[in-house]
Amino acid sequence: MSKIVATAAIRGAQKIVKDAEDFLNKAIAEKGESQKIEFPDTAYYFPMAYALMGVEVKTLGDIKSVLQEAKSLLHNEPTEQIWFPYLGDALDSGVAAILAEEIIVGLRYLYGQEPQPDCVGFFSDTILRQLGIQLVDGRMAGFAAILGAAPDNKTAVEIVREFQKRQILTFVGSSTNGVSIIDQLKQENVEMGWDNYIVPYGRDTITGIYPLNWAIRGALTFGGHKKGEALKCLKYCKDRVFAFGVTLGEIDDIKYATGAGAINMGFPIIADTDIPEILPTGICTYEHLVSELDYKKIVPRCIEVRGVKVKVSEIPIPVAYSAAFEGERIRKTQTYLEAGSRYSTAFEYATMKNTDEIEDGKFEVIGHEIDDVQEGSAVPLGIYVEVAGRKMQKEFESIVERQIHTFLNEAQGIMHTGQRDLIWLRISKEAKSKGFKLKHLGTIIHARVHEVFGAIVDKVRVIIYTKQEDIEKLLPSARESYKFRDERIGAMTDESVDTFYSCTLCQSFAPNHLCIVKPERLGLCGAYNWLDCKASFEINPTGPNQPVKKGTMLDESRGEWQGINDWVKIKSNGHLERFHGYSIMTWPETSCGCFECIGAIVPEANGFMVVNREYSGMTPLGMTFSTLAGSVGGGNQTPGFMGFGRLYITSKKFIKADGGLKRIVWMPKELKEAISGKLKKRSEEEDIPDFLDKIADETIATDTEKLLEFLQKVNHPALTIEPLM
Amino acid sequence: MSDSEKSIDLATKEMLGLACNKNICTAFDRHETMEPECGFGQLGICCRNCVMGPCRIDPFGEGPQEGICGATADTIAARNLVRMIAAGAAAHSDHGRDVAHTLLTTSEGKTKGYGIKGKEKLLNLAKELKVKIENRKIEEVAHDVAEKCFAEFGQQHGELQFTRRAPKKRQEIWRKNRFTPRGIDREVVEIMHRTNIGVDNDYQNILQQGIRTSLGDGWGGSMIATDLQDVLFGQPEPVRSVSNLGVLKEDEVNIIVHGHEPTLSDVIVAASQDKELLELAKKYGAKGINLAGICCTANEILMRHGISVAGNFLQQELAVITGAVDLMLVDVQCIMPALGKLATCFHTKIISTSPKAKFPGVEHIEFSEEEALPIAKKIVRMAVENYKNRKKESLNIPKEKMELVAGFTSEYVFKMLGGKYRATYRPLNDAVISGRLRGAVGIVGCNNPKIKHDWAHIELTKELIKNDVLVVTTGCSALASAKAGLLVPEAAKKYAGKGLQEICEAVGIPPVLHMGACVDISRILTTLCNVLTEGGLGEDISDLPVAAAAPEWMSEKAVSIGFYAVASGIFTVLGLPLPVMGGKNLTEYLINSIENTVGGKFAFESDPLKAADLIVKHLDKKREALKLKPMMYGE
Repeated sequence: MSKIVATAAIRGAQKIVKDAEDFLNKAIAEKGESQKIEFPDTAYYFPMAYALMGVEVKTLGDIKSVLQEAKSLLHNEPTEQIWFPYLGDALDSGVAAILAEEIIVGLRYLYGQEPQPDCVGFFSDTILRQLGIQLVDGRMAGFAAILGAAPDNKTAVEIVREFQKRQILTFVGSSTNGVSIIDQLKQENVEMGWDNYIVPYGRDTITGIYPLNWAIRGALTFGGHKKGEALKCLKYCKDRVFAFGVTLGEIDDIKYATGAGAINMGFPIIADTDIPEILPTGICTYEHLVSELDYKKIVPRCIEVRGVKVKVSEIPIPVAYSAAFEGERIRKTQTYLEAGSRYSTAFEYATMKNTDEIEDGKFEVIGHEIDDVQEGSAVPLGIYVEVAGRKMQKEFESIVERQIHTFLNEAQGIMHTGQRDLIWLRISKEAKSKGFKLKHLGTIIHARVHEVFGAIVDKVRVIIYTKQEDIEKLLPSARESYKFRDERIGAMTDESVDTFYSCTLCQSFAPNHLCIVKPERLGLCGAYNWLDCKASFEINPTGPNQPVKKGTMLDESRGEWQGINDWVKIKSNGHLERFHGYSIMTWPETSCGCFECIGAIVPEANGFMVVNREYSGMTPLGMTFSTLAGSVGGGNQTPGFMGFGRLYITSKKFIKADGGLKRIVWMPKELKEAISGKLKKRSEEEDIPDFLDKIADETIATDTEKLLEFLQKVNHPALTIEPLM
Repeated sequence: MSDSEKSIDLATKEMLGLACNKNICTAFDRHETMEPECGFGQLGICCRNCVMGPCRIDPFGEGPQEGICGATADTIAARNLVRMIAAGAAAHSDHGRDVAHTLLTTSEGKTKGYGIKGKEKLLNLAKELKVKIENRKIEEVAHDVAEKCFAEFGQQHGELQFTRRAPKKRQEIWRKNRFTPRGIDREVVEIMHRTNIGVDNDYQNILQQGIRTSLGDGWGGSMIATDLQDVLFGQPEPVRSVSNLGVLKEDEVNIIVHGHEPTLSDVIVAASQDKELLELAKKYGAKGINLAGICCTANEILMRHGISVAGNFLQQELAVITGAVDLMLVDVQCIMPALGKLATCFHTKIISTSPKAKFPGVEHIEFSEEEALPIAKKIVRMAVENYKNRKKESLNIPKEKMELVAGFTSEYVFKMLGGKYRATYRPLNDAVISGRLRGAVGIVGCNNPKIKHDWAHIELTKELIKNDVLVVTTGCSALASAKAGLLVPEAAKKYAGKGLQEICEAVGIPPVLHMGACVDISRILTTLCNVLTEGGLGEDISDLPVAAAAPEWMSEKAVSIGFYAVASGIFTVLGLPLPVMGGKNLTEYLINSIENTVGGKFAFESDPLKAADLIVKHLDKKREALKLKPMMYGE
């Protein structure tokens, strides 16, 4: 019965808190209270303590209040007879446990004991933001945290594969009787890592805090909740983060206590042992603690108990298909067949046809099938997709086409990179041995286009060409189309339309944020330009992208329109009043948390630096991307700081009101190189042809002193134009 | 009637046997002597409101059908009924007023023995009453809160503050029907005016004022009493204790506190732990000072200190008959005047303490908050001094006692279900929605020698928990459940249906939750409001699958409670009918058509199993209206 569970959790919390206290005392004795302490790459200090208590742990001394809170949450074990209510006490113990576990792993970092071998340890903010997007768009159905070890390696593999199949990210760790599932999977050569949706966190239960203090950051980053808003953060996790725990093998007190912590977050526990179940609902959405002894049923049971919404596309192909396989790499030695890149000519192209021109569900291979070619060879490849539908428009072609990459990648054993005539495709030997054929590329595309674009597409036909002469015949017209599309969006200006599009996709996690997507300013995530939003609206008229009439122009240079302001006010729940589309300094547009880049004022240089998400190093402002992100995100307007998409940098409207392109004084080298072509073109248009060389990067300066020295040396234009402030 | 038919409680039966042997008369005997009771009184058709009469209406239709002034049976019964409400509401509310007074004088530093133990509750109240908190001493806040509560009693217009705790829909119903009380005292006075000769003669209009007055009790006086007591004496949390006459100790000084207010008894608790007095007790050969309670004073100090309970209303005389009580101090309400005479047969000293309640032949030591602790010590010292007068041969302490868990409040439910960080009612609402719980029922009220002592309470309670109904209880009903072993968590496995069992097991609670004294029925009201706020079970109290019952009621306070329950939208089953049956239209209104206005109604049913059946049917009807799932574990 529940009392046994509560008793164990209460006991476990006492032990964990005691361990944390001892460890902290030791650390303070050895290093002093002022010793700095932090987790790598996070703006949230000790995230659990930050979210639940509002405490910013920066030094060992700061931990004391967290420990004190944990201690205050400890209770006596229920008595043998005439016991007092224990549910609340057990939940308190759970919070005590996770606060104390965070202290322990934090201290381990200080002593260099984390991450453990083969484990990722603390999950960074970067990972949080990357996977956050997958969470909202439904590519990721939820998270499982597995603790312990399966009875045998085969079962361990089967369980994680089942999760993978269902787009459920699986954290593996902890141990049972000295064996960890991490090593079981390792022995079976299961590829682990973020790309594979199988992430080893650590071999003891204490490290179970990593998935938990990762999840709680979701409430802060995406939920827009503030530090210390404990109930809101916990409920956000319950309502939005579809996570759950799976214990394999005997459950000890520490696991029970950690489980009680997870239950506070609305994450139920499913055990493979015969434990007392807690079925009444209320803290979690459904049952709290469930026992499932049949390994065949354990994964479906998890999904049912947590209420995970899994969209398993039943695509009739001989390999597994799930978003979990999206990041899968196929090495040369594993490859049976490849196409594109430097190995052969290849392209993909989607084109619109009239509905009477094509027959739905027809996919053929013209040329060699996979069985006709030798292992390890490269074939020419043309993936030719014809779509038709009453609501289909020519300008949606590119949107459908762009999704081919994702569609194909999600099949196990298929790797796809690039787009248009720059694709590279590999099919693994394993996929081939399971019976995967080239025609299945068509099967996948057909099924997914219907699923994703059902609102605009009625018919899909896919032809796979593998003969060189066919490719050469088709390529020129495809290239003509690519060029046309580029010019069309490239030629569009904010002035040329009377309607912008809102994007409230991220309001599910940043309730007051919205993007106003314009032809010359794409969404800050970089994934949606004006045409995409238009298409999205056509596809789903009640969806997150709605047309917004610009209305009366209020300020041309700052990009302010009455219609936009009105809309912003309503859609931000009254939180925001005005938007200046072209300024960081006045009424800047808000940021959710998904931005590709951050623009931030460097007052000394009279300009801005731009830092991209991928860059984890230091910037001249003395803050990393993730630290900056903390103050930019959450749907707030912070003049001087703003999130935006990469392509916006080379837009003519780029911070036009603040002086435009020539205000950029610094950006990471990688970003500079990635957009150098467009940047060069824009520099020429702005009459500063050598501007590219005047932008500093991390190889030149990561502090303002060096930066200024450089800017003066190159005579950067920002230094001579009117002051920003 | 043989002793075994008088009570289901073994200790009570044993003491009744002893009383019989000693030729001592108790309420049980006096009840028999009184029979047959006056039929006119029972039917409510005797009027003494002026001296043209007394008038009485012939219930058989042969004699007079109206009084001298022309009042009909309906008018007379309604007037008598609302006067009962006035008395009951006055009792609870005067209790509340006294607590407000204690808080006020404490905040001014004028009392000895009190402090502000419920700081969190005080601050919440301050917020609710719009009392400034920032940069103020806790005493200053307490002072203003006390003053605001005080003002509720004398308020002449507007609405009582705490009626705003009720769901919006309920408040509207009250406003629309002029049920919203304007001031606590004003409504009582208006009843007295309206029932004066030749004023209000329309039974429905008379009831309108009765309802308004009762709401001033439930959502006014009682609520103030509960809340301010929590501020002064601390908010209860689960405590373990023991109940029944077996808690009296042969080798310790036994003091019984009896009545309703915790103001004195709370300091008696402190005084009974006084070192000097304990030394003195030892000097007289007693091992210690044993405190126990009877009636709601017992409930108050049980809830907050875990002090043991000697018994409920009908056991007050029996406690004296044990010969083990060295002193019984009484305050107000439900104290039988018979105690004075009875005590002369034993060494027991009865001490009255309230200026409002004196008893012939009983020593009076007037209590005042200003000198609370010294007075309490004085009384405890008297008890200790009296220990030596005990007569060994008169000592008959029954061995019956039963363990219990008490101390549940609407605030504690949050903690109990969600802990500090997930404080919530969700699991409770979910339990009802999912069909594990059929609903919840408050079983409250007194004892009445007309009904086998404790029998109706226990039969009804057991039958309901068997049907997956969570029972909350206060007053003498709670004490009955305590003695019957229903207030321990183990009782779930033994008596509860499977769904309720699962909930009790998940949370660690007994199937019957003790929520305090009879003024604490206000806790049940706030609990229901919290359930509604949590969501998923409708918008108004009348939507909820809940009911109330007073199976052995006798006091006018119970009439007031019954009315505020019904007027809050709750189906209320009384074990004995209200004295209205002589007024046919009035009766029909109360057990039927009143539901159209307030969403609740009365039922009179003395058979507890039939009462349970009525309640279960009612809960199922409400579940159906809410489109809730069928019960999880069938019928």
